[in-house]
Amino acid sequence: MHQPIKFYQTGTHTVGNRLLKPEQRTVQSDRSRSNSLNCGHRACQGCGEALGARYAIDAAMSAARRQLVAANATGCLEVFSTPYPESSWQIPWIHSLFGNAAAVATGMAAAMKVKNRGDVRVVAQGGDGGTTDIGFGCLSGMFERNDDVLYICYDNEAYMNTGVQRSSATPPAARTATTAAVGDAPGNVFGQGKDLPAIAMAHGIPYVATATVADLHDLEDKVAKAIAIRGAKYIHIFVPCPLGWGAAAHDTIRLARLAKETGLFPVFEAEQGEVTGILKIRRKLPVEEYLKPQRRFAHLFAPTPRPEIIARIQAIADRNIRRYGLLDEGAR
Amino acid sequence: MDKPFAITLDPGSSRANHTGSWRTSRPVYVDNLPPCNRACPAGENIQGWLFHAEAGAYEAAWRVLVRDNPFPAIMGRVCYHPCEGACNRGTLDEAVGINSVERFLGDEAIRRGWKFDPPAAASGKRVLVVGAGPSGLAAAYHLAMLGHRVTVREAGPLAGGMMRFGIPKYRLPRDVLDAEVRRILELGVELVLNSKVEDILAAMRQGGFDAAFLAVGAHIAKRAHIPAGDAARILDAVSLLRGLEGAEKPMLGRRVVVYGGGNTALDVARTARRLGATEALIVYRRTREKMPAHDFEVEEALQEGVMIKWLSTIRQAGAQGITLEKMVLDEKGFPQPTGELETIAADSVVLALGQDVDLSLLDKVPGLEIVDGVVKVGPDMMTRHPGLFAGGDMVPAERTVTVAAGHGKKAARHIDAWLRGTVYAPPAKHADATFERLNPWYYSDAPKTVRPTLDLIRRQSTFDEVQGALDEGNALFEARRCLSCGNCFECDNCYGVCPDGAVVKLGPGERYRFDYDYCKGCGICASECPCGAISMIPEEI
Repeated sequence: MHQPIKFYQTGTHTVGNRLLKPEQRTVQSDRSRSNSLNCGHRACQGCGEALGARYAIDAAMSAARRQLVAANATGCLEVFSTPYPESSWQIPWIHSLFGNAAAVATGMAAAMKVKNRGDVRVVAQGGDGGTTDIGFGCLSGMFERNDDVLYICYDNEAYMNTGVQRSSATPPAARTATTAAVGDAPGNVFGQGKDLPAIAMAHGIPYVATATVADLHDLEDKVAKAIAIRGAKYIHIFVPCPLGWGAAAHDTIRLARLAKETGLFPVFEAEQGEVTGILKIRRKLPVEEYLKPQRRFAHLFAPTPRPEIIARIQAIADRNIRRYGLLDEGAR
Repeated sequence: MDKPFAITLDPGSSRANHTGSWRTSRPVYVDNLPPCNRACPAGENIQGWLFHAEAGAYEAAWRVLVRDNPFPAIMGRVCYHPCEGACNRGTLDEAVGINSVERFLGDEAIRRGWKFDPPAAASGKRVLVVGAGPSGLAAAYHLAMLGHRVTVREAGPLAGGMMRFGIPKYRLPRDVLDAEVRRILELGVELVLNSKVEDILAAMRQGGFDAAFLAVGAHIAKRAHIPAGDAARILDAVSLLRGLEGAEKPMLGRRVVVYGGGNTALDVARTARRLGATEALIVYRRTREKMPAHDFEVEEALQEGVMIKWLSTIRQAGAQGITLEKMVLDEKGFPQPTGELETIAADSVVLALGQDVDLSLLDKVPGLEIVDGVVKVGPDMMTRHPGLFAGGDMVPAERTVTVAAGHGKKAARHIDAWLRGTVYAPPAKHADATFERLNPWYYSDAPKTVRPTLDLIRRQSTFDEVQGALDEGNALFEARRCLSCGNCFECDNCYGVCPDGAVVKLGPGERYRFDYDYCKGCGICASECPCGAISMIPEEI
């Protein structure tokens, strides 16, 4: 039996791997990573957004050769990183309002153009509230004008820093402060919300991608790709919130992995409105595996089990799997 | 106040905010005991040498290996690898082929002529080792490395003990044995052949030795009384296997019956096939499940055409053949005779019923405790007589090459301490690296690499080695299947996944450090550590 030595023990699943060539390793594994979001920030224990932001901005800094400026929407990320006069940001960074991050970034990109500083890349970032709800108009405008900005949404599926209120990214059946689990249709309603990656694709912008904090290589590749492209780019990063979801702080990455492996969060990329790449499910799991560790879904299991609601959530996952082709042929 | 409008404070870094004060439990790096290391009778640091082999650093791997065992090429052939039975990867897909990687490293060392590191400074002490088998030679190696002058006295004409006179060539080619023995002798160990020790205390006095390690093998065949006519040819397994090392091959005839159910019985039957027997029949009084021989040896023997008659004993042997009696197992699992007889033709009968040790060299030593033909030793391998240590087949233990080599190492450490007037205290064992502590998500899927096996026809006619070796490509692949249970292999996961940047990467080989000023104690690092090398410890509040 002859086989080429392609097996590297953990391959690209781990953050680093001493057996890989340096160029195959992640930005995060490098001791000289920029640590754009520095220690001492006040995010909760196990914050997925803090992790996702450092992953994404470090990758963008690396891809932009450290010529990077960022605009930030109001939200957890802004609140926990910059209590006046301290800042965790080790990049030029501006916060204006909740709803105008995309517009501010548009202005920054225009200013760089005027100043003949095309080497400086512009990032705008916000949570799902600042992106899918409050900043949606500005963002859509930025897409429509094809401004040279990478917009990154860190999606933790509710307004967390104000006390876990529902957003248009909150999933069906989830309990939040504003979607209490009472009566026959507990938690958030089915059939609403905004699928922002699909909406971004509908604008026909050069690049749209989704990613999770559970697959670092994939996330970094997508950020680097986006930075290299001129025009409007959108990356939607799935970032679990232990506090808002009622999950253990140590389960942040596990939950992101489960969201992807169940098919509830499809990980893909699209260029000019067409899907061009899929991160396949490695070990398919039923949605219960993802729902059970989260107290925001606890009412689906006790005191009265709600299999019909779980079946509807499973149907969403199955639709994603069909729609994006998330399973390899022959995979379990 | 020359600050801009509405600005009253200088900008500061969030590093002023020590979020470590939020913590209720703290992560700590641990080194747990991998199941392979725990299972190894020779106490090898298997995970440790696989770590180097994974990177292709074979010499470094070999050097870690030989700290505990000087016989990697031999082990890679004759060890029954309990490590693989314990391997956590077995729960995932299949155990790592540790034994085949060990053999690759051992062969590579012979091919490239790697030598042991220079021994420690001379201690001026002299140790006599009796018996040049695996236990004696291992002890000689470790004692020499510790700086002692060692003389090995061997009763036989060649070194190796049961590795030469008990294990057939098709399992252990003699050039491999010779190479690993020679490397030990090159450390300055003196080997005296054909020199049986009759009285150990006299030998120590005459030679001026400070201590002795006794490692006499079990070379006396146990006999069973079988009524036999003059024409019946009855041999014992030990002398048969020993005779193979001579110039004249033993005569067995075409139909050979082997009596016994251990690995030796299988060795004899397989040897008989290679010597030209058309029929090699093993007669064993119990069932296959009760057979002490290892499964893979039974399988290989059956493949080579060896036949096995279960639940049978030999009642009588004569010119016409041998008479077998059928047995049944009673409720306690012991075989009982049924009176049902059967006669089969046989040219010779070989008894493989176990072996005893010749303990006559101890006759004049007072105060020893000898039970069931073996010498009792303490946890330090010392007999009741001060300065007299023993190991291998001579002491109560499983009789394998690996156990023997382990005894040699253990005894050497205690002899060293004894000679220096101290007591050797083995380091405390680490907690077990269990499968539950792993995060198997991170490991790539990779099935076990199977070693090539010699063609069946050559296995029935020659003494060529049955099991082939891995080449560099698949040995590397196999080494990389190691999960590194319980021991950091620097995958950078903790460094990457910390939302607070509270893990400090110290560089290749230096691992990581937690920055407790900022660690909030979320525990993601511990959850996402592939190999379970991080534990969460409650903070004292």
